[in-house]
Amino acid sequence: MKTKKLIAALLAGGLLAASQLSLAASLVLYNAQHPQTIKLLTDDFEKMSGIGVKIRSGEGPELSAQLLAEGKASPADVYFASNSPELMLLEGKQMLAKLPAATLSPIPARYSSPQGEWVGVMARENVLVFNNKLAAGAQMPASLLDLARPQWKGKLAIAPSDGDFLPLVSAVRALKGEPATLAWLKGLRDNAQTFDDNEGVVAAVNRGGVAVGVINNYYWTRLQVELGSKGMHSQLYHFGNADVGALINVSGAGILKTAHNADAAHKFLAYLVSPRAQQLIAKSNITFEYPLLPSVAPAPQLKPFNQLNPPPLDMQKLGDDSQSAKLLRQAGLL
Amino acid sequence: MNAAVLRLAAGARRRPLSLTACAALVAALVLLPLGFTLWQAISYGGGDAAELLFRPIVARLAGNTALIVLASTASCAVAGTASAWLVERTRLPGHKLWALLCVAPLAIPPFITSFAWVSISPDLQGFWGAWLVLTTAYTPLVYLPVSAVLRNMDPALEETARALGLSPWSCFLRVTLPQLKPALLGGMLLVALSTLSEFGAFMLLHFHTFTTEIYAEYRASFDSAGASLLASVLMAAGVLILLAELRVRGQSRYQRLDRGARRAAGRLALGWKRWPALAWLLLQASATLLAPIATILYWTLQPGADAVTPAEVSPQLLLSATASSLGLGLSAAALTTLLALPLGYLLARHPGRLAHLLERVVYLAQGVPGIVIALALVNLAIQWLKPLYQSAAMLALAYAIMFLPLALVSVRSALLQAESRLEELARSLGLNWWQSLWRVVLPLAAPGLGAAASLVFVSVITELTATLLLAPIGTETLATQVWADTAALAFAAAAPYAAILIALSLSATWLLMSCLGRGAVLDGQAQPWNQQEDPPCRN
Repeated sequence: MKTKKLIAALLAGGLLAASQLSLAASLVLYNAQHPQTIKLLTDDFEKMSGIGVKIRSGEGPELSAQLLAEGKASPADVYFASNSPELMLLEGKQMLAKLPAATLSPIPARYSSPQGEWVGVMARENVLVFNNKLAAGAQMPASLLDLARPQWKGKLAIAPSDGDFLPLVSAVRALKGEPATLAWLKGLRDNAQTFDDNEGVVAAVNRGGVAVGVINNYYWTRLQVELGSKGMHSQLYHFGNADVGALINVSGAGILKTAHNADAAHKFLAYLVSPRAQQLIAKSNITFEYPLLPSVAPAPQLKPFNQLNPPPLDMQKLGDDSQSAKLLRQAGLL
Repeated sequence: MNAAVLRLAAGARRRPLSLTACAALVAALVLLPLGFTLWQAISYGGGDAAELLFRPIVARLAGNTALIVLASTASCAVAGTASAWLVERTRLPGHKLWALLCVAPLAIPPFITSFAWVSISPDLQGFWGAWLVLTTAYTPLVYLPVSAVLRNMDPALEETARALGLSPWSCFLRVTLPQLKPALLGGMLLVALSTLSEFGAFMLLHFHTFTTEIYAEYRASFDSAGASLLASVLMAAGVLILLAELRVRGQSRYQRLDRGARRAAGRLALGWKRWPALAWLLLQASATLLAPIATILYWTLQPGADAVTPAEVSPQLLLSATASSLGLGLSAAALTTLLALPLGYLLARHPGRLAHLLERVVYLAQGVPGIVIALALVNLAIQWLKPLYQSAAMLALAYAIMFLPLALVSVRSALLQAESRLEELARSLGLNWWQSLWRVVLPLAAPGLGAAASLVFVSVITELTATLLLAPIGTETLATQVWADTAALAFAAAAPYAAILIALSLSATWLLMSCLGRGAVLDGQAQPWNQQEDPPCRN
């Protein structure tokens, strides 16, 4: 008898708790942006519009792969990418819906889809982080490509499997061609300690595990907030001369053609490019990415957006990252 | 005894076809994602496959994986056996307390331990950190079966050996150890398989193995063919480990033929040596329990670093994550135990070639990382089971497939302890097979089934990879919250979730011990674990 009761209780308890899980929502968001950033925006959007948002968070390439696999059966309404190539991939597979001019116009056209199927929301700059002690007196490289040279052996940290590394490879490939990119990656493989993500790279450089690391700018500022200024033993170096290393990556959003809640999805995208949301991105002390709305100034800790010196690449030329993983494998970094 | 009863008894021994079919069906369920992964790998072009498999990084990962599997299996075997012997066979002060402390680490998943170590000192990364974490986490897998055997062993053999002039040490090596072999090997097998499929700890400790690479592969490329290829290699390694264990164990069984009165073995006085022995146990307890728990408490008391936390810790969020974890844990525990019943019954009552083959198939799931099983299920669901896709039911099924080995071990030994004679008696009194199962066998086996369920529960709430992939949209569990925060270096924010997680899982472990009767851990009342294996644990 006890067993019966036990099983019944287990099942009942399980079902009861499971039923607690499903909240009423009217927008399904696949999110490759940092969960804390997106939480900030969706909470504000829910408050403002009364539209609930359900979020599935993951790495960009992972979620793009999931969206491709799901195809027409996808429950997703909106995809918020971490880097533009993921959106280019979905655009190339004809999975994204056209956006109205009102959503596209606030953001400078060069940061959005050439076809008008996704819009840029925020941007991050690729930088080098260096340890004060270990890199003292070291000449910082003029170009990202110099990091493949022998003098950087053992002094470099990278995160080749982080979704943010792929666009960098795509950028080098777009500017220098495939053979040069492969040679560069092989040099990195010989020189670098690899980490799983940018967080790992910045933490390792800061505590003196390695001299320099390739990251996106905001990881360093976040670590500074976590550890306090006293805990920082590293600084940022920005590549100059429109070097490929100063790549600006755009994080944007698009609406799936198969969206079940297209109205809510359009409202959400319009919100993302509104001054209110852009101010939130700039002032939250969470994100430390650049808001793309020209009228909104970024967080004061960041180098002003108009002083950045990115390489001459448009979204089309940067492409969709599909070749980058292959190159990383050939070089032995994956 | 009249002829009718005899016939009935004979009928009870015959293997019911429906039972075999059910057991085979459950094994097939486990094979489904594994087979799908294999099929995906095979459908990958030969040239491309070779290019993917024979690249430098794969050789390095294979080396890392083999190294950590061998190292952690060896260290867990030594640490688990040493502690079991000290606790069961010596006059150590407070041996009951030590017995509890040796089992408790089961409640703390390796990725939480890693989180603790990493936040204490970043130097604990790489191979040494991974070895340390895995040894502390998996030693109970060896301790449990070995201590059970030590408790239930006939002391006469050892006493005779001592009387013939063997020193305690050589007596242990020449008399005790051979008797421990099946239990020790069973424990080592589970340590090896669990290490093979470990993910969270390696990820946090930056130690690259096949499992972390499978994950990276999946993240960095837009298809899962490469990942399935690597996963197939991992499955092959799992098969190898299973075969190796079979080879070494051979058919050795150490059973007493007489069912004489049992008595406990004498305990050895340690003299001055009890200080190093106590120091050893204390060190182990601090490394496995004190360090993670103290770290989590420390971070809980730190000011929350709101700036980098995915979810500012609010009572409401804590509550909903706890509810999700509880709901998934309970429903998966019930489902898994239910699914383990037919095969467990087959193994307990009608052991044979077929039963053992099915058992090994189920065991294979233990060596496959959760991410592989979860990915296969994502693909299967999208293609054939659309309505189930991203439902809580799908996730519960994934858990059931992953943790069936755990449940099976306990269910089987529980059914072994439910006297088959009572079942036969019930049948002879006119109950049919189902009635006798429901009214006689299940009540008798209830504690063991409870143990199975609580083991699965502990594993489910601490599981990470499948949960991340398969959870219904918008569902956050305690484990995924810890993971999100830890990945963002927000240790302070992760701490409250980790604290609740450990509290839940310690309570379930306590429940597990009480299900098994205090005798399981404390004195020789019953022999909970079958002599060859014990409950695995994974995350």
